[in-house]
Amino acid sequence: MSRTPIEKPKSVYFFGTCLVDLFYPEAGVAGIELIKREGVEVIFPQAQSCCGQPAFNSGQRDKARDVARAQLDLFTKDIPVVLPSGSCAGMMFKHYPELFEGDVDYNKACALANRVYELSDFLLNVLKIKLTDKGEPMRVTWHGSCHSQREMGVRSQPKDLINQLENVELVELKRETECCGFGGTFAVRQPEISAAMVSDKADDVEATQAQKLVSGDCGCMMNITGHLDYRKSDVQGLHLAEFLWERTNDPR
Amino acid sequence: MNKIAKQEILDNLRNASPSKGDFVTDNSVIYDKKWTQEQKIERFCQVTSAVNTQIKQTTLHDAQRDLIDLLTEKGVRHLMQGSPSPIAKEITDNWTAMDTGVKLRSFDQKIEACKEELFSVDASLTTTLGAIAETGSLILWPTREEPRLLSLVPPIHVALVYEDRFFNTFLEAIEQEQWTTHMPTNALLISGPSKTSDIEQELCYGVHGPKELVVMIIRNN
Amino acid sequence: MTLVNGKDFKGRVHKALKDEELRANFRRAMDGLMGKRAMQFTDGDEWTRLRNLGESIKKRALSKLPELLERLEENCTKNGIKVHWARTVDEANSIILEILKSHDVKTVVKGKSMVSEEMELNHFLGDHGIRALEADLGEYIVQMAGQMPSHIVMPAIHMNKGQIAKLFQDNLPDTPYSEDAAELTAIARKELRREFMEAGAGLSGVNFAVAETGTLCLVENEGNGRMVTTVPPVHIAVTGIEKVVENLSDVPALLSLLTRSATGQPITTYFNMISSPRKEGEKDGPKEVHLVLLDNGRSKVYRDTETRDTLQCIRCGACMNHCPVYTRIGGHAYGGVYPGPIGKILTPQLEGLDEYPEHASASTLCNACVEVCPVKIPIAKMLVRLRDENSGNCPHGEHPLKGRGAKSSTIENAGWSGWAAMNASPATYKVATTAMSRIGNLLPQSAPMLKEWTSVRVKPKFAKKTLHQMAKEMGLKDE
Repeated sequence: MSRTPIEKPKSVYFFGTCLVDLFYPEAGVAGIELIKREGVEVIFPQAQSCCGQPAFNSGQRDKARDVARAQLDLFTKDIPVVLPSGSCAGMMFKHYPELFEGDVDYNKACALANRVYELSDFLLNVLKIKLTDKGEPMRVTWHGSCHSQREMGVRSQPKDLINQLENVELVELKRETECCGFGGTFAVRQPEISAAMVSDKADDVEATQAQKLVSGDCGCMMNITGHLDYRKSDVQGLHLAEFLWERTNDPR
Repeated sequence: MNKIAKQEILDNLRNASPSKGDFVTDNSVIYDKKWTQEQKIERFCQVTSAVNTQIKQTTLHDAQRDLIDLLTEKGVRHLMQGSPSPIAKEITDNWTAMDTGVKLRSFDQKIEACKEELFSVDASLTTTLGAIAETGSLILWPTREEPRLLSLVPPIHVALVYEDRFFNTFLEAIEQEQWTTHMPTNALLISGPSKTSDIEQELCYGVHGPKELVVMIIRNN
Repeated sequence: MTLVNGKDFKGRVHKALKDEELRANFRRAMDGLMGKRAMQFTDGDEWTRLRNLGESIKKRALSKLPELLERLEENCTKNGIKVHWARTVDEANSIILEILKSHDVKTVVKGKSMVSEEMELNHFLGDHGIRALEADLGEYIVQMAGQMPSHIVMPAIHMNKGQIAKLFQDNLPDTPYSEDAAELTAIARKELRREFMEAGAGLSGVNFAVAETGTLCLVENEGNGRMVTTVPPVHIAVTGIEKVVENLSDVPALLSLLTRSATGQPITTYFNMISSPRKEGEKDGPKEVHLVLLDNGRSKVYRDTETRDTLQCIRCGACMNHCPVYTRIGGHAYGGVYPGPIGKILTPQLEGLDEYPEHASASTLCNACVEVCPVKIPIAKMLVRLRDENSGNCPHGEHPLKGRGAKSSTIENAGWSGWAAMNASPATYKVATTAMSRIGNLLPQSAPMLKEWTSVRVKPKFAKKTLHQMAKEMGLKDE
């Protein structure tokens, strides 16, 4: 179900997402650098904010639509829109058409939805990126977000990218496809269930004896690393883009 | 009350907006499941063996001897069959003439009169309408002669199926035999002995129905 | 004592999460079930085509539901099955009581029926001096323990062998403690055989009711379903009105999807198709067969073309087997008859959002249920719809659900308005995010939401610069 690969474009839009913007800008920068290194121009509309998902999933559809509408006019050129998040990409790709059904902006929403790509899928299947590892030997594990897997069809792409790195050993997480318990406002509306889920996930992460937990979604990452740090674990979490960039760029 | 309830339910449903879309039924994914005659039998055996069904392949000529061997081996003392039994004469005729410790009995009264007896025999023998390759299932259509409980109550159930009565799928059986024109009181698919995994997912055979199912496939030669 | 209750969800969750034995029982069982199901659908193309077929069959049946119900009644009646219509569980219970009384029935043996759980039938009959005995092994165990099923397919999945051994020892005369599953099963077999023989009536659910032929289909492994529908002189089947399918040829696909999704079996041991009571000259089978068609809110769910999809459910339980929330809290925490993802969307629709206000929020929207649903019910989409209904901000939907606005909060709405104002205006967004990156980290841990978050996590750290600022510094085009 992954997005239909297209020819390598000359330029792309980058939608940073609000979590990256506020908490993990380095992940965004790394994503942009990876795309630029492949000779593709990156456009970053400064007027962008959030995809609207937090409200959409919280029973606040009208507010989600207000925020989503504000994004529709920012990405109008017929070029891909790349997001360093499967969840936000899923919101645009899958839910914008739903959200704008019967609305004057329905066509605009669909047009945008059709050009949305999750970063790892874009790097692998559109840019056909080839990575050269320049880092020290390392053991890592991968957590794929639910929405990247089940809304964007992004399952093997991130792992294929990690496996391109010669010195990196990728250890599969037990119950790799199971949710980490973030779920946006779920984490605060049902804090006990969320805590049980993230604690199990952290157990599985630690059992891999990986040095780093790599993920493609900052929501999951904030949740899992937030808990790993809380229990003073040695495992560090970071975004796939940052990890790939760290290991393949020429040190300045 | 019944009429009012019915009317209200139907009114509620009828007042709803109609469903959007047309719902075309494409059964091709089922029709694609096709095997040759021998493959069908092979698949049936493989699938049903996996759920503990015992298979005996025999011929009409050898069936009686094989059946008696089987029952003797299992220590069966009373075998119950239908009445008048639709089982081929070659299999059960002259039963008493054979020197066997297995008594052949008939389900020849209404259940109300023979409950105790039925619940006490060790084994039963029934025919089948055929078998299904895909799921390893027997098709049973109990009749006046062969009542429903014959395949359920005794702890061992022996079922006969003829080699030319194997269907690819359940759907094929329904369509080829035009079931809809003559559904019996009770039709059954039986796929293995009775089982449960209600206790910690551990598979146990023989909960309420037979603990053992033996399928005798009657070959033509 | 009623066991069904949607209130205090969080209290029950708290208790369940602390129960390590329960957690382990569910984890083990769900891992096993997910593995077994996966083995059944290794051919992705077959799975896709089969579930498309299953979906189209259920959607077609629902699209002509009133007509099919009438056809079902007509054909059942022609076959000699008596059909009863019940708007509510009270009506259904009275119908059944009346039938049982007219035959002077003292004990009714039961096959598995979730609808009868919905009706709290056992309890109701007990109050009227009739003993209802569950005969499905899992249900038998649960009934003995005075509990409700914790799973719609495997009712006693929350218990382990030790707990069941103790239960049997305490409740059945001359039963020694044994943790051997085969022995426990044999004990139940022995206890129930006599009950089948002596019961005055049998009661069952229905998996598919075929309008075309007036046939009631039952799916089971144990044989208790066949016992209760064959040995006693009267058989009563109860079903929700959504279980009707149009044609007999619709059944094979649904049956295949059901058993493979539920327990990873290509088919169950028994697939029992009942089309009439005992006919003249037949030696066994009940002399009377009754079918009770229960609405209990289903026709309201049906009214709205979006929520209607909920009624596609064939009760396989795959959604709960794959649900990370259900796996953690188990079935009883939900409080309703139907737990897990399907329960989260069905129960509030049948009973009202006000009765089950937490159900819609108890999901990460991870879509694991959606991925495995054999009839493609858009469970996540429905949960989002129910959240809209809960907040009362629901401009869409043709009919409001009972209890709309159950979780409406002025403070929360104001919060979201603020959020929307900030994110819908680039200028405000810039001011706000710049401010957050400067002073956001000063927020105290006790701030709303942060308090829950930091119960098991460190406080998220605002970066010093936003990506917007960094992109500008990188000289990226802004157009």
